[in-house]
Amino acid sequence: MKFAVIVFPGSNCDEDMYHAAKNVLGEEAEMVWFEEADLTKYDGVLLPGGFSYGDYLRSGAIASVSGVIDQVKEAIQDGKPVLGVCNGFQVLLEMGELPGAMLRNKNLTFMCHDEELLVRNNGTMFTGYFEEKETISLPIAHGEGNYYCDHETLEDLKRNNQIVFTYKNNPNGSTADIAGITNRQGNVLGMMPHPERAVEKLLGNDDGLRIFESILNYWRETHAVGN
Amino acid sequence: MCKVNIYITLKEAVLDPQGKAISDSLKDLNYEGVGNVRVGKYLQVEMEETDNMEEQIEEMCKRLLANPVIEDYTYTIEEVV
Repeated sequence: MKFAVIVFPGSNCDEDMYHAAKNVLGEEAEMVWFEEADLTKYDGVLLPGGFSYGDYLRSGAIASVSGVIDQVKEAIQDGKPVLGVCNGFQVLLEMGELPGAMLRNKNLTFMCHDEELLVRNNGTMFTGYFEEKETISLPIAHGEGNYYCDHETLEDLKRNNQIVFTYKNNPNGSTADIAGITNRQGNVLGMMPHPERAVEKLLGNDDGLRIFESILNYWRETHAVGN
Repeated sequence: MCKVNIYITLKEAVLDPQGKAISDSLKDLNYEGVGNVRVGKYLQVEMEETDNMEEQIEEMCKRLLANPVIEDYTYTIEEVV
């Protein structure tokens, strides 16, 4: 499987994302500068965390209308797995590919620590290797991770099983403790916690690796010879 | 040339933690009459005057300047001599 890690000016978790896919998962991966990307060459797209365009205007807003975005939309339409983490999640929200928006954390501070998450849907291509209702731990690092959506959207998310991860102890004020959601088709996951920072036991935690393994497993199953 | 003044505010249903902190701080300074504070953005955009200018401004606000999920916007157009 071949992953593209899209690098925007101000991305700063791109190396971690690349390391997770390439060195730990052991698949092909390339970091591609947003102006030079040709996403038709890749099987999956990773939108990394950071501060694209310095978070100017709103987090992810300027990246969400940049040149590469039409290609990301095509990849989504083609059913390729697209994972947006932290700023990558914010970009997907600003693109309108995921519903809702991000607000400043309720306590107005940038938070950087591990949080316990509940796996709410293990039936997605990103979460096949988790148990349902399993508790996992992943690092968060954000100032604007307070997920907001209106009542109607929340009911929609629940009805379609799009809420994938929730916080056990909501750190930022997110609506319904939401930490990660998918699109309706299930091939786009946006999440604030950083799975790419938790892929090696040596560094304390490899709960995040299972997201990458789940994507790979799904890809192998759907691309196996004879299918 | 025109100057477009664009005001972006959080929708009423959206909580504004920054506004709440500012309101609390003003109360600490003994401005007891202070109620809710809402923080927004003010943008000045220089634009050449065209027939479909308002249409363009609306479009800019919807596509980039404001996020319609959480924000409302209003604008005024000033002619710059």
